[in-house]
Amino acid sequence: MSDNGSGKPKFAMYWAASCGGCEIAVLNIGEKILDVDAAFDVVFWPVAMDAKYHDVEAMPDKSITLTLFNGSIRNQENEHLAKLLRQKSAILVAFGSCATEGCIPGMANFSSTEEIFTAVYDTISTHNPEGTRPKTEWMTPEGIVLTIPQFYPMIKTLDQVVDVDYFMPGCPPESHQIAAVVDLVIQALAGKATLPPKGSVIGAGGSTVCDECVRARNVKKIDKFVRIHEVAEVDPTLCLLEQGILCNGLATRSGCGALCPGVGAACIGCYGPAADVVDYGARLMTAVASVIDSRDPNEIEAILDGIPDPAGSFYRFNLAHSLLRAGKPAVSGNKP
Amino acid sequence: MQRITIDPITRLEGHGKIEILLDEVGEVANTYFQIPELRGFERFCVGRPVEEMPVLTNRICGVCPEAHHMAAAKAGDAVYGVEPTSTAKKLRELLYMGFYFTDHTTHFYALGGPDFVMGPDAPVAERNILGVIHKVGLEIGGKVIQARKYGHTVVEMLGGRKVHPCTAIPGGVTKGLTEEERQKIEGMGRWGIEFAQFSLQLFNDLVLGNQGYVDLILGDVYTHRTHYIGLVDEQNRVNFYDGKVSVVDPDGQRLGKYAPAEYTDWIAEHVEPWTYLKFPYLKQVGWKGFVDGNDSGVYMATPLSRLNAADGMATPLAQAEYEKFFTTLGGKPVHQRLATHWARLIELLYAAERLVELATDEEITSPHLHTVPTKTPTEGVGIVEAPRGTLTHHYWTDERGILTKVNLIVGTTNNYAPISMSIKKAAQSLIHEGTVISEGLLNMVEMAFRAYDPCFGCATHSLPGQMPLQVTIRDADGQVVDVLSQYCGNS
Repeated sequence: MSDNGSGKPKFAMYWAASCGGCEIAVLNIGEKILDVDAAFDVVFWPVAMDAKYHDVEAMPDKSITLTLFNGSIRNQENEHLAKLLRQKSAILVAFGSCATEGCIPGMANFSSTEEIFTAVYDTISTHNPEGTRPKTEWMTPEGIVLTIPQFYPMIKTLDQVVDVDYFMPGCPPESHQIAAVVDLVIQALAGKATLPPKGSVIGAGGSTVCDECVRARNVKKIDKFVRIHEVAEVDPTLCLLEQGILCNGLATRSGCGALCPGVGAACIGCYGPAADVVDYGARLMTAVASVIDSRDPNEIEAILDGIPDPAGSFYRFNLAHSLLRAGKPAVSGNKP
Repeated sequence: MQRITIDPITRLEGHGKIEILLDEVGEVANTYFQIPELRGFERFCVGRPVEEMPVLTNRICGVCPEAHHMAAAKAGDAVYGVEPTSTAKKLRELLYMGFYFTDHTTHFYALGGPDFVMGPDAPVAERNILGVIHKVGLEIGGKVIQARKYGHTVVEMLGGRKVHPCTAIPGGVTKGLTEEERQKIEGMGRWGIEFAQFSLQLFNDLVLGNQGYVDLILGDVYTHRTHYIGLVDEQNRVNFYDGKVSVVDPDGQRLGKYAPAEYTDWIAEHVEPWTYLKFPYLKQVGWKGFVDGNDSGVYMATPLSRLNAADGMATPLAQAEYEKFFTTLGGKPVHQRLATHWARLIELLYAAERLVELATDEEITSPHLHTVPTKTPTEGVGIVEAPRGTLTHHYWTDERGILTKVNLIVGTTNNYAPISMSIKKAAQSLIHEGTVISEGLLNMVEMAFRAYDPCFGCATHSLPGQMPLQVTIRDADGQVVDVLSQYCGNS
């Protein structure tokens, strides 16, 4: 399938609107990187090698065997690259939380573009008497038009703009999961393994973070929620939720090894919805309601008031991919 | 008007683009360094509980999440007016030293150092970490990998995760240190001191021993007379985790020191319509555009800035190197941007020494990890030194500690104006009467970038220093005359 003489399958990795943590996680797979190098021709990976946009355009359709795409679709350039790489890739993986479900920056969908621009360009430390905003096209005093990509009204996930073959959750995906996926693809290409059906979640478990957590669960009900910084001494071995600390493990897919609860911090849900969950937030709300020790509606409401930010707590990582994703429409973008 | 576009191809069409505009004679009329991306954390963090900010804002940057984690935790302390336990503060700082150790090692060996170790004229293919290993010896490769791994281990041990740590909360941390873990960290730290000394010796032998390199460092192309800022302790010594921000002018005179809560008296930001990133400047001096000098509010915040803004280092071995640095380069402040690479190694040594100090502190394994806040939350500012510049988080909350407003001034952003100026100067020195010295332009612009170790994780997300460039040269009609490209990083 290769046309550059090496005969090896081709690998690409790209970052759209992201923090770079997914790239770091891949680099952290250590010596496994050498396996990637041995098994694939790395044809496009901006963080690690030189390749140009027109090089990708010149590739035959479907000629890249495997593309790991991280980052969300925040602007017009991100979408352009998503479409190009879909066209050129046989297997396109939505890699990491931003690409699969929008991640933390997906919470921008609670706000309009104007609200975001005001929060950024009219801060207490910003001297901006004329209310200047970035423009997609701007004429310099020298008479040249400068351009920047349009900031979209909404963050989109990769599968909201192109067809995606596999979904790999995590913020970022854990390195051992990345290494396992790389192994699987190498084996499959050698005819020694079979890839899962299209649309599958890969590089993660099939249960929940709770199932991986070392903390003891006694299926105890709670009569109030507390916030972690308000707790004088967190019990080091007991389930955090049973201590009244909102922990997202119940609704979150396994695969990370329950790292955060392991060090006394609540699961915040970065591995996305557990298997067969349509809407993460709805599932978490149901799960949380089930541990509340009351049947009195007023009392239940009082207990739920102990969760100070339900929208953020239930849709922290996956608002952009949730049933709520329509969010608030932009008042206007930053067109010229 | 002729136009030259430089696209960093890490981000392809955009994500950090340089436009060079020539006048009728073909001299550089102006340059524009555009950052084409925004995510808007200042907005969507509003409504969130303040104790979550350490795990929300570390998603600003996957390269330096530790810096955001710490700045957010400190801002959370301030919002609640709570003093973390002494052990908690030391554990946070210990994690942070592990992070600095890895980060500075990566930059020197994989990104910035190859220009010096291999020489700026070495073929592109050799100017990378592999070239360094070939030249200096194979064992150095193993040491570099070890150094990075040790730093990561400290972060994971204390932060719970390799990327995006999760243990700092207002009032303290959720994870303590066992004696067994402490011993491991101490051992890694002691090895780290030797590694940092070895790195400085390498710099001394290969760079300072070569007059050509010294001339390059001291040359005018990479020199800008700007203000400098950096966090210092009570004795005005460099500190990464805590203290006040010292501000010095281009003559090295200290204009003052500000506590985190006073930052708006000192720092302001300027907005341009052609980029998504703002330009911070010194408020009292004012925004005068992209110019050097005492009357321009442009400042820099980098390892070199921190050394310039401080009176010394807080650990003995690093202090000796600090003195040698300024003696060799002709006194304070040092304006030559390429000296930043040396300053970074001095900070590497400090990070290792401080790591051992903290790992051997008798309080470090204490179980007192957290002070429960008792005051009503209102407003607070947290500042740390990110490797790439002073990092400021400012939060306002309601009485329940729910954010109502957020302001962030992020590491590399501090240096947006000086980086833009360095680009312009490199272009001006290499383009005359419309003639572009092609290879020279690419390499010199890259070297100008790399000194700042730019990490636009907050904007373009290029990994630090990774700025492969493509230059498209167009004639006055916009027709492409030539396309040049170059790639120097390899990590």
